[in-house]
Amino acid sequence: MTAQEVRLCGLLLREHFGEVVEKVGTHLLRGGAQNLRIIIHETGVPLDLVKKSLCVLVQHGACVFSSGRKGAGSPTEYRTSCDRILRILRYPRYIYTTKTLYGDTGELIIEELLQRGHMTMSSTVKTVADRLTQNMEGQYLSVCINQGLSKLFSLFLKVFLVLRFLFFVEIEYDKETAAVLIPPFLLEGLCMDYGEVSNAFSKLVETHFLQRCPPMVAAGAAASAAPATPATPGTPAAPVSTAPPSPESFPDCYKVPHMTLVGRGKRQLCSEDGEDQRNAKRAKMDSQAHGDEGICWQVNFERFHLHFRDQAIISAVANKLDQTSSEIVRTMLRMSEVTTSPTATCTKPLSANEIFRSLPPSYNIARPIVDQYLTLLVDDPMEFVGKAGESGGGMYVVNLHRALANLARATLESVVQERFGSRSARIFRLLLRKRHLEQKQVEDFAMIPAKEAKDMLYTLLAQNLVQLQEIPKTPDFAPSRTFYLYTVNQLPTARMLLQNCYKTVANLIERRLFESRENKRLLEKSQRIEAILASLQASGAEPEQLTEVEEMITATEKQQLEALRLHINKLDSAENQVDESIFLLESYINSTASTS
Amino acid sequence: MSRSVTLRNPKRRSCNFGVSRADTQTTRFKGKRYQHKRVMLTDPDSPPSSCWSTWSPLTEPVLGVMAGRGGGRGRRMMSFSVEAVCINRGESLPPSIQQPTPLFPVMEQKPLPLTGGEEAEYLLALKQEFRGAMKTLPFFIQPTAAKKDVERYSDKYHSGEQTDGVTDWSPEWKRFPKELRVKKPCRNGLSAVTRSDKPPLGQNNNNNKTDKEEVLLKLETLQKKEEPSSEEEEEEEKKKKQEEEEADGEEEYDEEEFEEETDYIMSYFDNGEEFGGDSDGDMDEAVY
Repeated sequence: MTAQEVRLCGLLLREHFGEVVEKVGTHLLRGGAQNLRIIIHETGVPLDLVKKSLCVLVQHGACVFSSGRKGAGSPTEYRTSCDRILRILRYPRYIYTTKTLYGDTGELIIEELLQRGHMTMSSTVKTVADRLTQNMEGQYLSVCINQGLSKLFSLFLKVFLVLRFLFFVEIEYDKETAAVLIPPFLLEGLCMDYGEVSNAFSKLVETHFLQRCPPMVAAGAAASAAPATPATPGTPAAPVSTAPPSPESFPDCYKVPHMTLVGRGKRQLCSEDGEDQRNAKRAKMDSQAHGDEGICWQVNFERFHLHFRDQAIISAVANKLDQTSSEIVRTMLRMSEVTTSPTATCTKPLSANEIFRSLPPSYNIARPIVDQYLTLLVDDPMEFVGKAGESGGGMYVVNLHRALANLARATLESVVQERFGSRSARIFRLLLRKRHLEQKQVEDFAMIPAKEAKDMLYTLLAQNLVQLQEIPKTPDFAPSRTFYLYTVNQLPTARMLLQNCYKTVANLIERRLFESRENKRLLEKSQRIEAILASLQASGAEPEQLTEVEEMITATEKQQLEALRLHINKLDSAENQVDESIFLLESYINSTASTS
Repeated sequence: MSRSVTLRNPKRRSCNFGVSRADTQTTRFKGKRYQHKRVMLTDPDSPPSSCWSTWSPLTEPVLGVMAGRGGGRGRRMMSFSVEAVCINRGESLPPSIQQPTPLFPVMEQKPLPLTGGEEAEYLLALKQEFRGAMKTLPFFIQPTAAKKDVERYSDKYHSGEQTDGVTDWSPEWKRFPKELRVKKPCRNGLSAVTRSDKPPLGQNNNNNKTDKEEVLLKLETLQKKEEPSSEEEEEEEKKKKQEEEEADGEEEYDEEEFEEETDYIMSYFDNGEEFGGDSDGDMDEAVY
């Protein structure tokens, strides 16, 4: 855990779980495995809050616990690692990917699971069905709006939707009015069936995007109950005999449980009725077992990462070559999805015949043209595709690790280009290609005048992007008799840039928090005004009253609010973008770590 | 012809800088073979490259490497040949900087604008919604509010507001270590968070005050009476602590007395405020 990682994790925990969890979490990150008493003593947080924080961290998979190092009787120790917490940056990307693959239902399932950490299938299905039902209502109502059924109500709903997206605060609005204005019989049909949601859930499990949480042994007493299958430690093993097993080591990891869940999503009626109904239903539902108690599901981040990696490779091919080549690579990757292990260097060899047969039917390309494309891909210096043999018309593989290395190299080059200019980037690329060069050679190969080349080299050297290698002619390293060679080491440079990325995101988050804090008064005022507006409109007010309330915000304040919204959106988008670079660099570093 | 790096000649005053044989390697360069060590850019003994006085791009990287190596020469001029790094006679070194670099240095290259587009906007909206949703979930733990100097009349009403809404979730305790279990008293209001599991012997249930539920309550308390006796052997000390934290809400007054069969009636100190504020004094007790 570097200092930057810990700082970023602290900020992420603070934004999503509050300051108490941040304190406990950063303490665990810095201190390694600790037991409860030490945590309480060193953080100074009251006992129950520490317990709650630990529960929250364990629920979300950020913290693992195991029996103490001294043996079976010692207190349980808690351990956190940065990786899981840093995933929080990527949550929007996971949700969006699921939306593109599985539609709104899949999107909501993943969102629920990410918010809650892990849940059983039945509870997920129920919550998602309820949310979808509410969304369907909202869409239906907006259809009514477009037909001009209710003018006041339309304004009210627009305000609500705007608030949801702009001010990242959920304002509960009164559904009573909604229910009254729309004929009830029309709303009856708008319910999401549990079966559909369960189908989407099963599909997600089949494609391994969701996995079961590893079954827990008796809390704290891990020594007695060893897992049945030999556990391959997915997480870095502490020097404890029982390392926390990865979810994949259990055979039922991807098995959907048989569960009896029949029903439809519930509409959220007006508050009093809803509460009574919920109370009444609760007594019934609680006793109703759905057949899947104790089986919790969590999101399988590794699978998403494989998907992102494949996407990156395909888009790189599309950018460098053309659409058809990217389709061929996409087909190859799709065919090898299940046969390739996550840490494989390259996919299993596929024959050209198979590739040709599996191309999407919309691409009717002749067989010799496919062969030509494959030859082109193999000959390309980026080396995405390699040839592994001649049988079956040619056996081809996708070189995954090499592709990742090339993508990381492209990232480094673009960083140098954007920070130091295109000529420095030329020098950088030259050094990457030619490994070791003297200063004179750099000037010659890069075709840059000596003085400027020297300056650029020294700037890169000062930023630690380029290193100096000495080769002495005499054993005493006399400077006049030593060769000084410039070189670039890709892996250490990538690590350094990754830390820079973490620092960047942390700075972005801090700046965003600072901006919100500075304008807190203004934000609160605008929220109050919107709430007043909404309630006025709900109770049916005249336009003069509404304009009067709207004028409570002055024009300058509106401008300030607008500028603030713009800044915060920019900072948020920047975080998302930096996270893409983080993903590439992390994948590259992990791929080298696994092969070495 | 390879020459060894061994600096064992006692007449040489330069030491071998802690480099052992194993750290050397042989490189072919310009037709000859040289044996050398792999050096770090900055020698660990040299001072860190701060941006303070006499920094210059020329002296910093090269002399940092040279720092240890000048011993034995004793001359104050730059100890490397200027031609080696291509400073011609006519050129002057860049001026040395004598103050720290500015906090926001002027950027020669402006950064690219952010990628816009539908996808980026959707991701942005997802991110902000997620953050907002997390703030409302029970996982967002608020620190205990600082005690005000004087008790105000409105505190009674304010505390009710804060505990409203979805403030409770009961995790599946089988997946959690025993020591993390907090025996929380039941709360008014139901949590919209669907619970992952609800074993009938669940310790902390969200019970309601409606008449129908009291029957269930009584059954549960009877069950709970069986529970503590089995656990008491293990968690005697911990119980004491937990019970003291449970002071919460005047409405739960009766139930708690009814439920707990131990001698420590935490309602003795019931003040209706947030729980947990009084357990600080028990830090000395061992909790295992």
